[in-house]
Amino acid sequence: MRLIGYGFRRHATYWAAAAAGAFTNTVFGVLRAYVLIALWQARPGLGGYEVVDAVTFCFLTQAYIGPMQVFGGGLDLPQRIRTGDVALDLVRPASLQLWCLSEDLGRAAYLFVARSVPPALVGALLFGIVLPAGPATWAAFMVSFVLGVVVSFGWRYLVALATCWVIDDRGLSVLSTILTTFFSGLMLPLVIFPGWLGTLARSLPWAAMVQVPADVYLGKTSVAGALAFQTFWAAALLGAGALATAAARRKVVIQGG
Amino acid sequence: MVRTYLLLVWAWTRAAAQYPVSFALMTVGGFVISGLDVAVIWVIFTNTTSLGGFDLGEVMFLYGTAGLSFALADLLFSNVDRISQHIRAGTFDVMLIRPVSPFVQVATERFVPHRIGRVIQAAAVLAIALNRVDVPLERGWMIPVMVASGTVIFTALWALGGAAQFLLTDAPEVANAFTYGGATLTHYPLSVYGGELVRGVTYVLPLAFVNWQPGLYVLGRDDPFGLPYWLRFLSPAAAAAIALAAFLAWRAGVRRYRSTGS
Repeated sequence: MRLIGYGFRRHATYWAAAAAGAFTNTVFGVLRAYVLIALWQARPGLGGYEVVDAVTFCFLTQAYIGPMQVFGGGLDLPQRIRTGDVALDLVRPASLQLWCLSEDLGRAAYLFVARSVPPALVGALLFGIVLPAGPATWAAFMVSFVLGVVVSFGWRYLVALATCWVIDDRGLSVLSTILTTFFSGLMLPLVIFPGWLGTLARSLPWAAMVQVPADVYLGKTSVAGALAFQTFWAAALLGAGALATAAARRKVVIQGG
Repeated sequence: MVRTYLLLVWAWTRAAAQYPVSFALMTVGGFVISGLDVAVIWVIFTNTTSLGGFDLGEVMFLYGTAGLSFALADLLFSNVDRISQHIRAGTFDVMLIRPVSPFVQVATERFVPHRIGRVIQAAAVLAIALNRVDVPLERGWMIPVMVASGTVIFTALWALGGAAQFLLTDAPEVANAFTYGGATLTHYPLSVYGGELVRGVTYVLPLAFVNWQPGLYVLGRDDPFGLPYWLRFLSPAAAAAIALAAFLAWRAGVRRYRSTGS
């Protein structure tokens, strides 16, 4: 819990960077919203969304970018593995994974305030967005949002730990960014992906980061099913992360002195 | 200046080749990442036959020309957006005392040749698009002109963003809204956007001249916003104007630069 607070405060120092990020997210939100509006005007009701749902979806996805680090990164781990500082983290009397998770949750909490709320407000002012149906939906959305951050962390942690084996993390992080941006629903709602591609995309872990929380917000899905889906992926990824941590403990090569 | 630029670029290319696996993965990665934009366009067109009044071939043409301009500018000059890191770390001081223009130094520092993957991708899309849309030769001359002008416009945007970072050292991401945002904006026909936005990118920030105005000429289409016909030929002039603005802004930025002292 304390680490969450530290993570929050650490990132709160960089308020200008967060403001700039919020600005960029907003600009992209506006651009993407226009494209989605054009598409939904050509095909009203596509994928079970109305135009206003699609616009809301668009600004929600921009709001997720900061907290869920959709473009990857957010963890210091690859850097620490390369410099060898990870040796220090491994001898601490706390699980490396939980340590990172707490810091990451703190970071996400701060970025939610700084980078998620502004684009959503601008979207509401410029285009009008729908609000969740009632307090129950709000509550379900907040749970779903946190689960989304945990799934996102689980994935990014795995990618970061892989640095132990490949040393140079840049290629992997590019790959991770590709998978996440496309299969999370950031670029287009997964509901309009055609055929088997849509089915596949909606069952992969990345859907749990963007598409599922957005659907919970819009009330387009059964809450229990959505949360179960996210919990499953969160548990699976965190489990894999724990195994990888154990393996890394034996594998880790400390470079240089 | 050009010779120094090429020399430094070559040095960093050889440096990048020291990690061949990472280099290959990232070239492919760049190709695939920008390929995602095409996947998005493809998914959109599995749901509709026309977006903003343009069909798949035409949208791919607009995407390909803008993408090529952006990728070239990105490959050659986008490192300029690291200027704020150089300012914060104090490495910009070192650049100022070397006998090479700081702009060339910033643009080439850690030059990443794998961005060529994007250039190849955009060129491939443009080639496919040209197969699908009929462009008569007497209008096709505009294509190289618009790609060249577009490259200058995007480069000027990077330079303007870099110049702005002399003021906003903490917030380099603001520039991304205009550079990457401009790239995203030009991927689609401007007819999908609102009228005020289009007038803004025509008369203030000349993004409409990257591919929209000259593209209308190449495709032989009427302007959905009813803007004057002669705007279609103004891309080189717009590129020259923004390049001049970028040059002045950069110079002003360097002059008011104060070292962090570290």
